[in-house]
Amino acid sequence: MDAIVAERLVKRYRDVQALDGVSFRVRAGEVFGLLGPNGAGKSTTVKVLTTLTTPDGGKAEVAGHDVVREPNAVRRSIGYVPQSSGVDRDATGRENLMLQGRVQGMSGRRLRDRVQHLLEQLGIADAADRVVRGYSGGMKRRLDVGLGLVHGPQVLFLDEPTTGLDPEARAAMWDELAVLAREELLTILLTTHYLEEADVLTDRLAIVSRGRVVVEGTAEELKGNLQGEAVVVELVNGAVDDAAAVLRPLEEVAEVTMDGKLLRSRVQDGARAVPPILAALEANGIAVEAVTMHRPSLDDVYLHYTGRDFRAEDEAGGLEEAE
Amino acid sequence: MKAIVHTWFMVGRQARNLMREPIWIVLLLVQPMIWLLLYGQLFKRVTNLPGGGFGTTSYIEFLAPAIVIMNAFFGATWSGMAMVSDLDRDVIPRFLATPVSRVSLVVSQIVRSALTALIQGIIILVVSLALGVRVHAGVAGWVVVLLAAMLMNSAFAGISQGLALLTRKEATMIAIANFIGLPLFFLSSTLIAFRQMPSWMQELGKFNPVNWGVVASRGVVLPATDWSSVGVHLLLLAGLTVATAAFATWTFRVYQRQL
Repeated sequence: MDAIVAERLVKRYRDVQALDGVSFRVRAGEVFGLLGPNGAGKSTTVKVLTTLTTPDGGKAEVAGHDVVREPNAVRRSIGYVPQSSGVDRDATGRENLMLQGRVQGMSGRRLRDRVQHLLEQLGIADAADRVVRGYSGGMKRRLDVGLGLVHGPQVLFLDEPTTGLDPEARAAMWDELAVLAREELLTILLTTHYLEEADVLTDRLAIVSRGRVVVEGTAEELKGNLQGEAVVVELVNGAVDDAAAVLRPLEEVAEVTMDGKLLRSRVQDGARAVPPILAALEANGIAVEAVTMHRPSLDDVYLHYTGRDFRAEDEAGGLEEAE
Repeated sequence: MKAIVHTWFMVGRQARNLMREPIWIVLLLVQPMIWLLLYGQLFKRVTNLPGGGFGTTSYIEFLAPAIVIMNAFFGATWSGMAMVSDLDRDVIPRFLATPVSRVSLVVSQIVRSALTALIQGIIILVVSLALGVRVHAGVAGWVVVLLAAMLMNSAFAGISQGLALLTRKEATMIAIANFIGLPLFFLSSTLIAFRQMPSWMQELGKFNPVNWGVVASRGVVLPATDWSSVGVHLLLLAGLTVATAAFATWTFRVYQRQL
């Protein structure tokens, strides 16, 4: 069964076409990522699926309920962790969780036990009765996740769960989320503009660009569609022109580009291509400093499917949002 | 039913947060007394002015019921600040993704504000008794003063919440609070009898909701209560409260549409 179905979602804010026909499906129990640069339409998609806003067109179901016709049924089935922390900073962690449980219709012992369990699971039990104002960024973010989980939802939405966290807290958060996905039998939809995060956390992902889903699949599938691997050779002295000419005749090498001291080539199979590359360079007396080989990253995937550079797009979108 | 229960949860949340700020509690208790003592001394002799119109020779008795209203009014003009901070910090969107009663998110802010006015009203009345003020209408008088204070507060809290949802900026809220607060205060008979004011101010004052509250609450404190006047002014305040609460919930829908 599909936990989330989005079909041709359209949403317009004045002169900005935020969603331009977003479609994708998320299977029950999977961790699904919406990956895209700032301003691509990820957050708007989440707002539609969490019933915060209604789409201008298209249709969406979450946990089997239509987001427009049965919003309260959807709200009971989901947890939502907004992009900027939605915690009440003047209340304690426990008070935040208790209130969230109450508005979800829980009460009494069941609620108290659930809150205590979550506090322990999220590693903030020691700070439970302190005011949130004094929490670290990572603790606050974990409380945010707890607020989304109090009532045991079927689907959890995480909007940019690790934005603003330092690398250490981010790694801890990733571990936390992986555990939660398993233990709570959750379907998770997360948005991110970190390619690495999508790669590490998600079972499947969709790349969103300018209000549309460009491609959908597992990270491996998406990368696998890009042929071959990249071999980068760093040369001791920058005799790059000669070097490129040396490599071009090799049948293992598809494409050679020059970039300062770096000689980049795209090959079918790195392990097979490196020995002849090194042999050819040595035969021509070109000294090699280092060789690295890498499989295509999601950066390459983004470039391949949108024809645009992820980072440049991300910065441009960030500027637009700031305006 | 859900709306009432959820409003209660939300009022509880705000009350707990406020109770954690000792300075806030001190201000809450002390500030109304400062008004009472300061104005009480400053204008002590105005009841002797030719022309009269004060209905009593004790200025403190004239002033005390009006201070309850003034305090409720000024408290209300700031009540939207809590909403601005909830909006700023995404607390409201987080609640909107739950089945929480939408109305409770706005109404709880108004109720919290009115309860504050109630508590401060009781304190002012008790201190006034110590200063020799007598509530001539007795228990019914107490009820009217406190009811008028809560209605006064709710009516303007509704406007303040609406402005918070429309502007979402603290600086704008402060500017508007000052812009409407002081003129309405001075256009009322809080400090001085209507009869002592220029006639154009008396005319304008009749349409001033702050004055409605002052007339109702003063009416039951001073001797010879005119119950029909008290009733009419309470009804006017109640009507205004309903209207501004409707305005606040409408602005909440506007806010939701912009999400």
